[in-house]
Amino acid sequence: MSDAVKSDLHTARRRLAIDSIGIWVLAIVIGTIFGFTAREGGLSLVETAAFSAVLFAGAAQFAAVGLLAVAAPWSSIVLLVWLLNARHFLYAASIAPYAAALPRRVRAGLAFLLTDEAFALTSAHVARLGRIDLLGAWYAGLSIFVPWNLATLAGWLAGAALPEPGTIGLDVMFPASMAGLAVGLVRDRAALIALITGGAAAVAAAILINPSAAAMIGGLVGPLVGIALTQRGRSESERAAR
Amino acid sequence: MIDPLRLDLVPLAILGGIGTYAARALPLLAPGVDRLPAPVLTYLRLIGPAALGAIAAADIFVADGAFRVGPEAVAVITGAAVGWWRSNLLVGMAVSVLVVLLLRATIAP
Repeated sequence: MSDAVKSDLHTARRRLAIDSIGIWVLAIVIGTIFGFTAREGGLSLVETAAFSAVLFAGAAQFAAVGLLAVAAPWSSIVLLVWLLNARHFLYAASIAPYAAALPRRVRAGLAFLLTDEAFALTSAHVARLGRIDLLGAWYAGLSIFVPWNLATLAGWLAGAALPEPGTIGLDVMFPASMAGLAVGLVRDRAALIALITGGAAAVAAAILINPSAAAMIGGLVGPLVGIALTQRGRSESERAAR
Repeated sequence: MIDPLRLDLVPLAILGGIGTYAARALPLLAPGVDRLPAPVLTYLRLIGPAALGAIAAADIFVADGAFRVGPEAVAVITGAAVGWWRSNLLVGMAVSVLVVLLLRATIAP
């Protein structure tokens, strides 16, 4: 490995480590709330831990506990969880071309850790390097998984003693982390258009269809518009040049 | 009193996990993903900013099924701008928290 490549990797990993600090805080805060919410919803410590360790998907875990509290049938809970997490298919598809050369067993392991936050950290790291960094990818996934699970246990055991997140402004940490990482992925006009139109489509979907469909619809529509508008602009400038 | 070792809902967590893992794993394990046409690869590259922007936008601009621009939206946009300017996510998130606290304490409780 040349010195320049080593330096790029070092710089990118340093940036990943710094970015992940905010994600740890987020995972600890929301994981603790989940643990507390699950206990309030009647889940045992082991059941709560199983949701965080096996399902490992924040929004879907909250939704499942909410449905359990109203005695919803398991079939509808499972269906909702799967629908909520369908957006992860897009994340995996987005990373897949970079991960294709990795051993199958490694890809299978990384897939388990692919949450919103892990995708955000990994895709930003990939964008900086132009390739996947295996150590960085494991780090991104585990930097959510470990604090999330520990915080879940802490929340179940001691959550009632913690303050309401909104009173200390921590409720904006999740959207702030998503917005910050999205902005960090903007490398060209197409990405900027994808971000803006993805956001607009998500807001429309949340209002007109269902909030759980928002991320999926925004993630599908944004890239289409980004590609269409940049190709149109390119065609027009080529015509003008002729 | 809840029995902390009760296991009744563990199968439900596993069932939810199976579909979740399938969504995460199928594209990563499918053969030939690295040989996709260039436009498809461009589309996949743009999913990141679009999906993450979508999550943030739906979270801060929609409340009770209606469009709303409140202190959370101002805080998150300010934080994202500062984070981008300083190239530091942590600083951006901290700014978001400070701005929302400030706004809630002053003009928009």
